[in-house]
Amino acid sequence: MLDLLSFGPNGWGGQLLAGTAMTMAVALSSFLLGLLFGAGGAAAKLSQNVALRGVAEVYTTVVRGVPELLVIYLLFFGGSGMVMAVARVFGYDGYIELNAFSIGVASVGLISGAYSTEVIRGAVQAVPFGQIEAARACGMNRWLILRRVLVPQTLRYALPGLGNVWQLTLKDTALISVTALAEIMRVSHVAAGSTRQPFLFYSTAAALYLLLTTVSTTAFERAERYANRGVRRV
Amino acid sequence: MNWELMLDSIPRLAGAVPLTLELVGAALACGAVVAFATALLRLSGNRVAAGVTGAYVFVFRGTPLLVQIFLIYYGLGQFEAVRESVLWPFLREPMWCAILALTLNTGAYTSEILRGAILSVPHGQIEAARACGMSRVLVFRRIILPVAIRQMLPAYGNEVILMVKASSLASTITMLEITGLARKIISQTFAVFEIFIVAGALYLLINFLASRLVKYAEWRMTPYLRARA
Repeated sequence: MLDLLSFGPNGWGGQLLAGTAMTMAVALSSFLLGLLFGAGGAAAKLSQNVALRGVAEVYTTVVRGVPELLVIYLLFFGGSGMVMAVARVFGYDGYIELNAFSIGVASVGLISGAYSTEVIRGAVQAVPFGQIEAARACGMNRWLILRRVLVPQTLRYALPGLGNVWQLTLKDTALISVTALAEIMRVSHVAAGSTRQPFLFYSTAAALYLLLTTVSTTAFERAERYANRGVRRV
Repeated sequence: MNWELMLDSIPRLAGAVPLTLELVGAALACGAVVAFATALLRLSGNRVAAGVTGAYVFVFRGTPLLVQIFLIYYGLGQFEAVRESVLWPFLREPMWCAILALTLNTGAYTSEILRGAILSVPHGQIEAARACGMSRVLVFRRIILPVAIRQMLPAYGNEVILMVKASSLASTITMLEITGLARKIISQTFAVFEIFIVAGALYLLINFLASRLVKYAEWRMTPYLRARA
């Protein structure tokens, strides 16, 4: 039975490995996209502009309150229509089809971004205001303060929270299998169907996810240690 | 945007709310029992019990819920022994499989919340209770548990909302709860946005009410924090 997992013509090892690579690719891209949304969302929430704050508030409330599957379905079934509607405004009338990868990354990134927004906002607010004042008093301009004072400190405070967001994002990628993208879950589903060994393949999938989450936990612990270098331990 | 269709779909989709609530309610109730047992065993000091429950929590928190649902619904039926056992009438039904998967999932997360809350009970309170002559069980029932439950409520509120959202995965094993019904209606009407927006609004409403309920429980349990009238 275990030879079904082997590499070679009769085994699913190769496909499972490719699926794992696809899961990692989707998770990493979504997480990075989410960081981008998160930075923007946090900036909007902390800005003086009421409209920007409102938009960011609606974004985090709605995306965090609605099932992930629903967000993915919405973009999967409606994404092409949305892009075509935008294209029509610019005078393009043809048919546009988005591939499963970009829809997956867009939807999981959107979800990941809502959680990142809160993490980054909290971290920015944790940087003592006196340090910003001190930097200003030294004559630094806004960008220099951002680069030298705010970002390095924010990173330190945000890392544990971002570690959680990464775990959520990694597990959310399993939901993209409903769009038939060949990641771990989809490959296992297909393999389970054609070999009639669902238990074997789904437990293999579980083991692969467990491996990914465990390895990334260790990576985040390392990153935290690096970001906290030079900080006195209690 | 087809507003008429949207309005028409509200009562139809609202008809699926009871099933969603049943799934969530059953999972939360059974999950609480699992979480309670797991947290106690992890704190028991017994190496074997702590190891087994620790592994359970590690596996269920480290893998996606979708895998857990598929493993239970499609995976368990593979074994002759399961199909011939008394449990088969249950494990054959998507409803029971969904409840089982959600229960085990929320049990793992909730046990961690509960464990942290139990560990947060100030030691002085336990010493004081012992000094009053309370037995171990009485200390646990009268001091540790009430303090811990109050302490865990904010985190548990998040878990309740996560479960409401997680119940949408039951649609992948043919259950027609809100998400499942929404997909079915879309396959008949092709109105993706209208239907999904209504479905999303229903989930938001449920989550809003759930978070209010937890806030109320928190308010009820902390009379000493309220301003004296």
